[in-house]
Amino acid sequence: METKTSAQEYIISAIVEHRPGVLFRVSNMFRRRGFNIQSISVGPTEREELARITITVNGDEKLVEQIVKQLRKLIEVVKVSILDPKNTVIRELALIKVTAPDYRAKTDIINYAEIFKGRVVDVSHKSLTIEVTGDPDKINAFINIMKPYGIKEIARTGITALSRGEPQTR
Amino acid sequence: MSGAKAFVKALEMQKVDVIFGIPGGAVLDICDALADSSIRTILMRHEQCAAHAADGYARASGRVGVCMATSGPGATNLVTGIATAYMDSSPIVAFTGQVPRKLIGRDAFQEADIIGITCPITKHNFQVGHASEIPTTIKKAFYIASSGRPGPVLVDVPKDVQIEFADVKIEDHEETIRRPSNHAPHPLQVKKAVELLVSAERPMIIAGGGVITSNASEELIAIAELLLAPVATTLMGKGAIPENHPLATGLLGMHGTIASNRLIQEADVVLAVGTRFSDRTTGKVDEFCQDAKIIHIDIDAAEIGKNVEADVPIVADAKEALQEIHMLLQRKMAKKENSAWTAKIRELKEQLEEKANCQGELKPPRVMAEIRRILPEDAIITTEVGQNQMWAAIYLKAYKPRTFISSGGLGTMGFGFPAALGAKVARPEVPVVDIAGDGSFIMTEQDLATSVLENIPVTVIVLNNSVLGMVAQWQRLFYGGRYVAVKLGKVPDFVKLAEAYGAQGFRPKSLEEFSSVLKKAIKSDVTTVIDVSISPEENVLPMVPPGKGLKWMIWE
Ligand SMILES: Cc1ncc(C[n+]2csc(CCOP(=O)(O)OP(=O)(O)O)c2C)c(N)n1
Repeated sequence: METKTSAQEYIISAIVEHRPGVLFRVSNMFRRRGFNIQSISVGPTEREELARITITVNGDEKLVEQIVKQLRKLIEVVKVSILDPKNTVIRELALIKVTAPDYRAKTDIINYAEIFKGRVVDVSHKSLTIEVTGDPDKINAFINIMKPYGIKEIARTGITALSRGEPQTR
Repeated sequence: MSGAKAFVKALEMQKVDVIFGIPGGAVLDICDALADSSIRTILMRHEQCAAHAADGYARASGRVGVCMATSGPGATNLVTGIATAYMDSSPIVAFTGQVPRKLIGRDAFQEADIIGITCPITKHNFQVGHASEIPTTIKKAFYIASSGRPGPVLVDVPKDVQIEFADVKIEDHEETIRRPSNHAPHPLQVKKAVELLVSAERPMIIAGGGVITSNASEELIAIAELLLAPVATTLMGKGAIPENHPLATGLLGMHGTIASNRLIQEADVVLAVGTRFSDRTTGKVDEFCQDAKIIHIDIDAAEIGKNVEADVPIVADAKEALQEIHMLLQRKMAKKENSAWTAKIRELKEQLEEKANCQGELKPPRVMAEIRRILPEDAIITTEVGQNQMWAAIYLKAYKPRTFISSGGLGTMGFGFPAALGAKVARPEVPVVDIAGDGSFIMTEQDLATSVLENIPVTVIVLNNSVLGMVAQWQRLFYGGRYVAVKLGKVPDFVKLAEAYGAQGFRPKSLEEFSSVLKKAIKSDVTTVIDVSISPEENVLPMVPPGKGLKWMIWE
């Protein structure tokens, strides 16, 4: 049987019991079986006993299918789905601290930030910190524009995602 | 009631009759509570043995085996036994004591993060947070261990939780959030499977351990007979079909029989049941069954497509799936006629028999055949790991499920003897025989003490070659005979060793003498060690060189 082998990015969304140790189990499964995590984000859901883990991985269909099956075997994992990028809201938040030694640089950066619907969240004599949210491509584009000014620090959350339309978690 | 009392009550609710273990400070309260219970506690001489014994008990009986250790070193000593059970999908529940909650994470005396350590080698593990959680946790542990694809579960109980009082009703059971673990076989896939099987000219069946776990032998044999398909078994599947059945072709893979390894290369449709396609079974996976259509039945969805791509995947309990396939098959076809394919099965099988017969007196294949001749059909055979294990797997026929118990997945030396003790506790009415290598036996031989004192008589047959035979074989065949770290040199005198523990020992010099001491041993109510001297130069054949496809089988 032929399977697609071209590597691409997949977004896996897992609803898990919200308890200590669950994230360890999930990440340890990835480590033990040699699956690489591109990004991972975790947070509570609308039900306090459940949390959502959003994981992005690069790979082919076969690999992702195996990851999903292995995740489903973990006792504390309640539900796993692969999100269809066309039908999914994908967001990431980044904080970017940029060198801005003078007035000129500061106004430029603030203008760019506005175009990207970013916000200045901290200012000092020599730098600005911008908050941007959006899909990872948008954030990458903004970071590229900031590079010539000199990036001091970046913090990114990793993506979080929900499928569009009716809720899938029950 | 105290946590410890609740603990013992909960075990009684699970109908636990025996715990293998070694106590220590962190489980003293549980031990004290056990004093008031009818549960038998068997003191082992090493925690690894406790876990293997629980495993042997589980494999022989089909029930959950239970072992227990104290915190820290007691818990870490269980690890090899737990990993062994994990790799072979054997249902055990391991209890460990833990330091008091307040000390957890502070590197307290005898603290080990056993939850972190065993995470990758358990189906699941729990640390109990409060005495009131004990009954439900234990109930869940037994459920998880035995349901779906079975496996080991560890429950870590901090010492102060055992002492603490809680208002618990043992009968209460709170619902857990869990996905369903049982799938019914998908009708469409079953239909596809049957279509393939009906049209097959050279069908073949691979039976794995899942057939034994789900008691699906009857269904398996019925399908094989209808199709006249040869049935090869994996190491874990040995016993799924009686090996004196005309369609049984024996072990498949690295040390597979000529019949199994040849036929699988020619098969056009392969029905693989309850096997994970281990590399030891498939040989080089790219060369495995390239031209055959594969139907793969497994209860664990993650096994399908993990190692070998299936044309027809069926995620289901083996028994259920085979029942449905059999029903449809019966409707769609009459029993097949003998053909070139069945003639081939017969012809290839004979080659192995000849080989075994022309071996000299105390050569391993001969010894295996003799053991089979003497043991009753339902006797349980356990093995250690190495050449001894493979000789047993190839030449010692198993006639019933759960009568051949071996560490297939992890390949744990030292497994067979404590597993034999566990099996004997589960099935005291049948003889239990461990086929051992000298190297393996000296890894867990200390439990001769347990065997004698607890009155668990088993027979150990040591194939004594004074070397780590299987490793020596590899060095001989693949490393130009440069022997490094394989000569055991002075192994103990096993007869005296047995006697030192209060067991009996024999050193037969001929096949005839061997037979008479074995007959004596299996009737005896004391543990017996039979020391059989064999040549260190002996090879286990057939063999497929590591990393090669099955067609590269070496036969002489
Ligand atoms: C605990 C453990 N350590 C090492 C090995 C590697 N190993 C596999 S077979 C073998 C030799 C076994 O020797 P012995 O028990 O004497 O059996 P024989 O092969 O001679 O029958 C070794 C060392 C293993 N399987 N398990």
